[in-house]
Amino acid sequence: MPEAVIDIQRNKFMTDGMEFRMGKVFKYGKDVDTDQIIASQYLLYPTIDEMKVHTFESLDSEFIKNVAPGDYIVADENFGCGSSREQAPAVLKALGIKAVLAKSFARIFYRNSINLGVPVIVCSDIYDHVNTGDEIELNMDEGYVMLNGVKYNCTKVPPYMKEILDQGGLLASLEKI
Amino acid sequence: MMGATLIEKIIRRNVHDDNVKAGDIVFVKPDRVMIHDIFIPFVADKFHEMGFKKVWDPDKVVIIYDHMVPSSQVDDTRHFRSGDAFAKEQGIEHIHRADGVCHQLMPELRYATPGDVVFGTDSHTVTYGGVGAFSTGIGYTEMAGILGTGELWIKVPETIRVNVNGKLPQGVTSKDVILTIIGDLTAAGATYKSMEFSGDTFDAMSVSERLTMANMTIEAGAKCGLFYADEKTAEFSGVPCDEAHGCFKDEGDGDYVQVLNYKAEDFVPVAACPSQVDKIRPISELKDIKIDQVFIGSCTNGRLEDLRAAAEILKGKHVAPYVKLIITPASRSIYIKAVQEGLMKIFNDAGAIIMNPGCGLCCGRSGGILTDGETVVATNNRNFLGRMGTNKVNIYLASPVTAAHSAVKGYVTNG
Repeated sequence: MPEAVIDIQRNKFMTDGMEFRMGKVFKYGKDVDTDQIIASQYLLYPTIDEMKVHTFESLDSEFIKNVAPGDYIVADENFGCGSSREQAPAVLKALGIKAVLAKSFARIFYRNSINLGVPVIVCSDIYDHVNTGDEIELNMDEGYVMLNGVKYNCTKVPPYMKEILDQGGLLASLEKI
Repeated sequence: MMGATLIEKIIRRNVHDDNVKAGDIVFVKPDRVMIHDIFIPFVADKFHEMGFKKVWDPDKVVIIYDHMVPSSQVDDTRHFRSGDAFAKEQGIEHIHRADGVCHQLMPELRYATPGDVVFGTDSHTVTYGGVGAFSTGIGYTEMAGILGTGELWIKVPETIRVNVNGKLPQGVTSKDVILTIIGDLTAAGATYKSMEFSGDTFDAMSVSERLTMANMTIEAGAKCGLFYADEKTAEFSGVPCDEAHGCFKDEGDGDYVQVLNYKAEDFVPVAACPSQVDKIRPISELKDIKIDQVFIGSCTNGRLEDLRAAAEILKGKHVAPYVKLIITPASRSIYIKAVQEGLMKIFNDAGAIIMNPGCGLCCGRSGGILTDGETVVATNNRNFLGRMGTNKVNIYLASPVTAAHSAVKGYVTNG
């Protein structure tokens, strides 16, 4: 295992007290909807911490047993389609998911994620080469991801959105003003 | 000179700039916003957390309780208390506590009218495209931002033009049309884009039929699904039919990224099969699928015309012995009209379970939750895994016509 040198996670919420390291991948297919990320019946739980243990429950019951802060979600097209529930990126953030790398994202999920400070990266190249359990390292500034020593290109996050992400979300960025 | 798409016309009117085109980022000033019961506590908390004191314009804010009415779990009422407290604090008078589904009430009560820009904390906010409004769903953090500032940045979307001409065959509804289009586009096919509907098939449709279609455009990922407002829309919305009131002419000269052309005569009754909304099959190919339940309702197909269509089929008949038929009118006014027209008696005599107006089973919180291996034919908009119970429930999305026939026969059928 190569020594991971990660300098990219300036996102405060995601990194406070968290060890820098390679993250392992959970890989899912296309059209993963927000009901699968967090089902309707859990949306009324008073806190995100109570909701987060049900993340991906209908899709992958192993996920919650194995996920650790710093892990990644890699998905095919249209990740986060369906409802407008902001709890979907919120549970991923609460679990410490470092970034979601997908071929494409549904628009409401994309906006919500940026606003909450969850990096959502359009990344077409890596999907066919990565499997659940593989370890990767994302360089958001340079727009690439490393897997087994191979570099896969990702789309760079637009500067305005990067700024929001760096500050930990819309709320944190408004507080700065 | 290149003309404009409908979304460009609507946004130009909002920002008072005739040069706005697809790809531009603009700040729009919403004519109305809608928050429903599930997210009102989160919006209120974020609003206060952001340091805002007063909502920019209380008259432009509508709060609707629908997903959780009546409450089904112990803590549900917390959301109503939160909404009531926020409305009182902010002087918000447009609050509906048990009047029906938000996406029916917004156009029905004329909160959303032609040419408006509307945001809601629900993905099916796209429904008001049926009356020619630009409306789309956002998260609760962005909603809190709008409440404090009165504006939101958006990227003007590119447009997919959908042309349908001709007369739909008997028994084929606008639900079958939109399901077919979603099947062709796929669940991601219109992501970030506006869908714009044009042709004499849509001219012949009622406002209700158009609302059904606009409602489902999000299932192809669309930012909005727009119909040109016409005389019917203007009457429905209580406005004069002119450009100043958002009734734009369909000149067909916009810059479209994709154009789909259909002949109305080619459509057939279809269903979205478990568990993808773009997994579309003709009903005629679905053989021997025994069902346990039928749901007729929701912001997609819980309108008076839908209930009439179902009643016509159910009149003098009874549901199959093992089928539970759940009828949920989309609003209070639809409910009473259905009573006055005798539809409710037909449903009652047929053995249906008639529920209060609201979201009901569609959001999987109450009123007919299913379990492993069970099958439901439903008129709503989503058949996602786990939507109406466990992740082994089979949900077939179809029209009220197919739903009613299936309830009588006990298997998936359209006659």
